[in-house]
Amino acid sequence: MKSAQNYINLFKENRALVDNGSAGVLNSLRDSALSCLEQYGLPHNGLEEYLHTDVSKWFEPDWGMNLARLDMPVDFAQAFKCSVPNLSTQLYFLANDTFASSDTAAKNLLPEGVIAGSLKEAAVEHPELVAGFYGKLADMEKPGIAAFNTLFAQDGFILYVPDCVVIEKPLQLITLLSSKVDLMVNRRILVVLGRDAQAKLLLCDHALAANQHLTTQVVEIFAGSGSTFELYDLEETHYANRRTSELYVNQEANSNVEIDYVTLHNGQTRNTVFSTFAGRGSNLSLNGIATIDKEQHVDNMTFADHRVSDCTSNELFKYVLDDSASGSFAGKVLVRHGAQHTESQQTNRNICLTRQARMFTQPQLEIYADDVKCSHGATVGQLDENAMFYMRQRGIPEDEARMMLMQAFVGEVIGHVSLEPLRDRLNRLVEKRFRGELSQCEGCRACR
Amino acid sequence: MMLKIENLHAGIDGKEILKGINLEVSAGQVHAIMGPNGSGKSTMSNVLVGHPSYQVTEGSVTFKGKNLLDMPAEDRSHEGLFMSFQYPVEIPGVSMTNFMRTAINEKRKYLGLQPMAPTDFLKLIKEKRDLVKLDAKFMNRSVNEGFSGGEKKRNEIFQMAMLEPSLSILDETDSGLDIDALRIVADGVNRLKSPETAVIVITHYQRLLDYIKPDIVHVLYQGRIIKTAGPELALELEERGYDWVIKEFEDSQK
Repeated sequence: MKSAQNYINLFKENRALVDNGSAGVLNSLRDSALSCLEQYGLPHNGLEEYLHTDVSKWFEPDWGMNLARLDMPVDFAQAFKCSVPNLSTQLYFLANDTFASSDTAAKNLLPEGVIAGSLKEAAVEHPELVAGFYGKLADMEKPGIAAFNTLFAQDGFILYVPDCVVIEKPLQLITLLSSKVDLMVNRRILVVLGRDAQAKLLLCDHALAANQHLTTQVVEIFAGSGSTFELYDLEETHYANRRTSELYVNQEANSNVEIDYVTLHNGQTRNTVFSTFAGRGSNLSLNGIATIDKEQHVDNMTFADHRVSDCTSNELFKYVLDDSASGSFAGKVLVRHGAQHTESQQTNRNICLTRQARMFTQPQLEIYADDVKCSHGATVGQLDENAMFYMRQRGIPEDEARMMLMQAFVGEVIGHVSLEPLRDRLNRLVEKRFRGELSQCEGCRACR
Repeated sequence: MMLKIENLHAGIDGKEILKGINLEVSAGQVHAIMGPNGSGKSTMSNVLVGHPSYQVTEGSVTFKGKNLLDMPAEDRSHEGLFMSFQYPVEIPGVSMTNFMRTAINEKRKYLGLQPMAPTDFLKLIKEKRDLVKLDAKFMNRSVNEGFSGGEKKRNEIFQMAMLEPSLSILDETDSGLDIDALRIVADGVNRLKSPETAVIVITHYQRLLDYIKPDIVHVLYQGRIIKTAGPELALELEERGYDWVIKEFEDSQK
């Protein structure tokens, strides 16, 4: 509570600065965000949902924020050291939490009516449209990040796809943490897909500077009936980074949503997903990979709320933990009364490579309908010694065998990724990660 | 002499299982090692290929003039030692092709050679698959995953053919095989035989030895080789069991 109070004071003292650097639609929710933050505070490890990740502690240092929206030059060229070829995307950048630029020809290439770019600008240009969605899913009435983020977020990214519009080319939003001082970044992403609309969005979270960063990210996704949306959220930052993300997705009838989290490199990360099935016949594929070592920590929590019948949710999360890394996965599937024919599968498998690595896993099912197919499974183990020896007998050295087994282990998750060129890249990135060649983030390897 | 085992003592978890094995294998020979359950047959093969769970407490093993016991398992493989597993291991997510390519190229690296050209590698795979009648579809599958018992054993011999070892140990390769599969596996082994290579067949039964003809047959009992004779010994064991050999051995010890 103490740390929340500091930020409440900070906001009260700088309200004008916050509002001036943003747009009316975003500003209009700050009062309710303020009262929610005052009431619920920041999430701490006294709460079951945050047992293994005390997010409130991350806020204890006196973080600076760029409320005045000072220009923080970012060397975008640095983002393109990556040599993995073959992924052609429509590119957008967020420098810290400010929309920075996009491909010059980007606008012309997108279908009529699509809005993709700065959330702040969109809120100025299309205030009614943005107001219809902004903050409508993010639940501020609980200890979480939504209220905090809504209080401070000044900009971010919006993707609006009108009814029946299909964007073939994946959109890619690269967020670069790059500041000469330690910095807190409050980033907001809003995705709206109309009826039968289709789009793919790749988020690449990178840290270019070795400074300490704390990111709060809130993503809201409205998937209209019959729409198809793929979101890939790839984190490749470094040990000094802390990130807490809350994602809300609301699915109308017959919509298909895929969300994949990949934590290749980080410091401390908490990702929370709240998914709501609002219309019948919708499907969610929710997957995650974490490859962590040293003191890194990754906590993924998912909540799938089956409110209506005939929906499916499939979750597969896999972690490989080395050194003293720690991980947590908690997944809850709620099948409400009347949500018949729900099919839900939740799997979390983990490999601890050392005795010091720690993994906590907690799958939960809560079912109030009688005609459903739901299952879950969780394992924590080591690499298969028999497989290792078999490979060595065939001449594959121990280190190489270990590498191949780890790669195969997370490869199952990568196999669920729909975007084929990304799959190839992820395989290569994961291999590099295991070989220790991604010792720190050197730019966007998934990009270009 | 290709392989020379002298007074080998070894065990697992502090329990001694091999109690002084002596064995010599020359190029061109086929040796059969038979014996009742628990006599140490599998321990012996695992110790030879360097399974990390087993500890050697005494004795020496020389393979092609080098101290085998000093080498890690992978180097023993590179030097030309192969074991066909009694229970081949499934490795989900690692394709047969990737597995074989890595194995072949690691061996070439050890021998100071460049990696094999992809076209040569594919040709080699095709040629060796034909030898054991292993369908091409298995190459894209994960190692041993979804293979039937017979397919797994054929896959072992396929890998043996790919790696061209000088000494192959077939550990109960006949277990779980029907007669057709047995014939294919034995045929594969026979076609790989040459004056430069040797085979050690570990088996409970005479059956496999009808197809892979041994030159020398040993009986292993309580961690020691208690009898060595020609191929006729296998037939006699099939007919009379092990008791008489054991009795003969025990009498000689008195």
